[in-house]
Amino acid sequence: MRAFTKLHGIVCPIDRANVDTDAIIPKQFLKSIKRSGFGPYLFDEWRYLDHGEPEMDCTNRPKNADFALNQPRYQGAEVLLARDNFGCGSSREHAPWAIENYGFRVIIAPSFADIFFANTYKNGLLPIVASSENVDRLFRECLATEGYALDVDLKTQTVTSPTGFSFTFDITPHRKHCLLNGLDEIGLTLQHAGEIKAFEARHKAAQPWLFA
Amino acid sequence: MAGKTLYDKLWDSHVVRQEEDGTCLLYIDRHLVHEVTSPQAFEGLRLAGRKPWRNTTIVAVPDHNTPTNNWDRGIEDPISKQQVDTLDANIKEFGAQVYFPFKHANQGIIHVIAPENGATLPGMTVVCGDSHTATHGAFGALAHGIGTSEVEHVMATQTLVQKKSKAMQIKVNGQLGSGVTAKDMALAIIGRIGTAGGTGYCVEFAGTAVEGLSMEGRMTLCNLAIEGGARAGIVAVDEKTIAYLEGRPFAPKGTDWDKAVAYWKTLKSDADAKFDAVIEIDAAAIQPQVTWGTSPEQVTAIGGKVPNPANEADPIKRAGIERALQYMGLKADTPMSEIAIDKVFIGSCTNSRIEDLRAAAAVAKGKKVAANIKLALVVPGSGIVKRQAEAEGLDKVFTAAGFEWREPGCSMCLAMNADRLSPGERCASTSNRNFEGRQGPGGRTHLVSPAMAAAAAIAGHFVDVRQA
Ligand code: SF4
Repeated sequence: MRAFTKLHGIVCPIDRANVDTDAIIPKQFLKSIKRSGFGPYLFDEWRYLDHGEPEMDCTNRPKNADFALNQPRYQGAEVLLARDNFGCGSSREHAPWAIENYGFRVIIAPSFADIFFANTYKNGLLPIVASSENVDRLFRECLATEGYALDVDLKTQTVTSPTGFSFTFDITPHRKHCLLNGLDEIGLTLQHAGEIKAFEARHKAAQPWLFA
Repeated sequence: MAGKTLYDKLWDSHVVRQEEDGTCLLYIDRHLVHEVTSPQAFEGLRLAGRKPWRNTTIVAVPDHNTPTNNWDRGIEDPISKQQVDTLDANIKEFGAQVYFPFKHANQGIIHVIAPENGATLPGMTVVCGDSHTATHGAFGALAHGIGTSEVEHVMATQTLVQKKSKAMQIKVNGQLGSGVTAKDMALAIIGRIGTAGGTGYCVEFAGTAVEGLSMEGRMTLCNLAIEGGARAGIVAVDEKTIAYLEGRPFAPKGTDWDKAVAYWKTLKSDADAKFDAVIEIDAAAIQPQVTWGTSPEQVTAIGGKVPNPANEADPIKRAGIERALQYMGLKADTPMSEIAIDKVFIGSCTNSRIEDLRAAAAVAKGKKVAANIKLALVVPGSGIVKRQAEAEGLDKVFTAAGFEWREPGCSMCLAMNADRLSPGERCASTSNRNFEGRQGPGGRTHLVSPAMAAAAAIAGHFVDVRQA
């Protein structure tokens, strides 16, 4: 996993609530057995005017000029600004893979769907829950200023806008540690293999039918 | 000290260790695997030189990409085939307690086959790289969907890194009216709490109306917990749970069975348990439901109308309604019963069990699918459901009425195989998601119960099944 410490990145706003994972990466792309290559198909149905299929070359596909990702001012964006309940729907990790693969590192929204939220951390993405007022303010500032970019610092857990407006966000110490150091969670867990074995023995004694 | 909720009991009995910030390592008893969300996880194991911690917890089946007809031709889409072949190869390499490959007599949707084989048991933690894993909570198991990195984590360590959710109780009191089903109950709940209403919670469904549901009905209800934002839905164990499990292939046998039953009977919330939120719903007030929009919370009773965005004060919600109506090709204030449909889909892990098929067949019996319906599909949830339905003659009822009777799989629930809507086509569907493009690009999905779907197929438009 890529480590995340701090970032100064252009913001791309997606001004809709309840953006679901089918919208983030439509199901036809889930047929891939790989973990990469999803970036060109991020938000496929909103981004392109034709129908996308896996392994399609996207360079000459007709684009929806109204969609934020296609607008020149948001090119190179690394911060995705979103509304409530972002990432609802299916558990597909292809959604964070596509977001990360496109080039985003941070997603800011008033709320996220649970499974999506957990999935983002495993892929070097930082999801930030901000109050609705703060998100509203970021949307206003972003729409008003071309080239709008935010500073995000994971160590101090702060987001700072070019207007000097700033707020802090929460993250569990465990997730922060993994993200700052780019740690593989499986490796960390296996340091407790002895405890898992001991638990397993107790569990088996209590409910032997689970081990039959 | 207050008593424990069922969620507390399930959680506490699986904590391996707890960090200071409350993050826990949770032991996983059952790992369900399908072809779409597992290839990258197996690849991860291979690259790291790791083996599954306990491969006998794995139950696997391909379901999303498998065709529902012409099985003799195999899987024609080469990319779908590659994904299914990859699962075959991975199970061969890494092992599993049981694997039902494509065309096996017991193949079907993962959330249908695990319970019917007794592979989902009360008191278990159950995970799968699939959000509708919530289904298994119907058995008093803690079951939820996980991402592919977590699939790999569970395979490698038999645990999951988790923080405990809050506990919500949704109490449905009284009795459902006739013609009103678990699906209507679930949609009415989502309509009330919204698709994010359960976010951060594990929801326990309780109350006399939930107790009154069959195990199939409880699975439908828990299946839709995720559409209300909750990762997990659970129902306490009772005599119905135990009766359902007795004699199933992977259920415990002999003295193990007796011990298990004694333990399972403790799997309910204590009378003095405290929930972080409680919602009460009157079952008698629930009407058959139909969704009108592109989110499961955009739902109304069959007697209702398509909403008018002008009546919505919140600007974000108003824009959401406008966008949904535009996508769905609907006019504000249209009575739901005047909406004509093109296709009907009866199936998915929400509603493809034997009871669902019986309910749909009871409506279709002796009738004909309306002339404007281009395709009415019935897709049983598994080979076992299919054979049971055929033994009862339900397949004949459907085909005589003009429905197509197919092989089991996910099918038009998410249209990864050949079953899908064409752009602009409108479908009465018993599945779980009406998102844009879910059943095919540009397709328009209305979620309903199996009986309502069958009634709509016969009428050619939505209709109150109680008057059909
Ligand atoms: S039937 Fe639909 S919701 Fe259920 S597992 Fe298959 S695709 Fe997912």
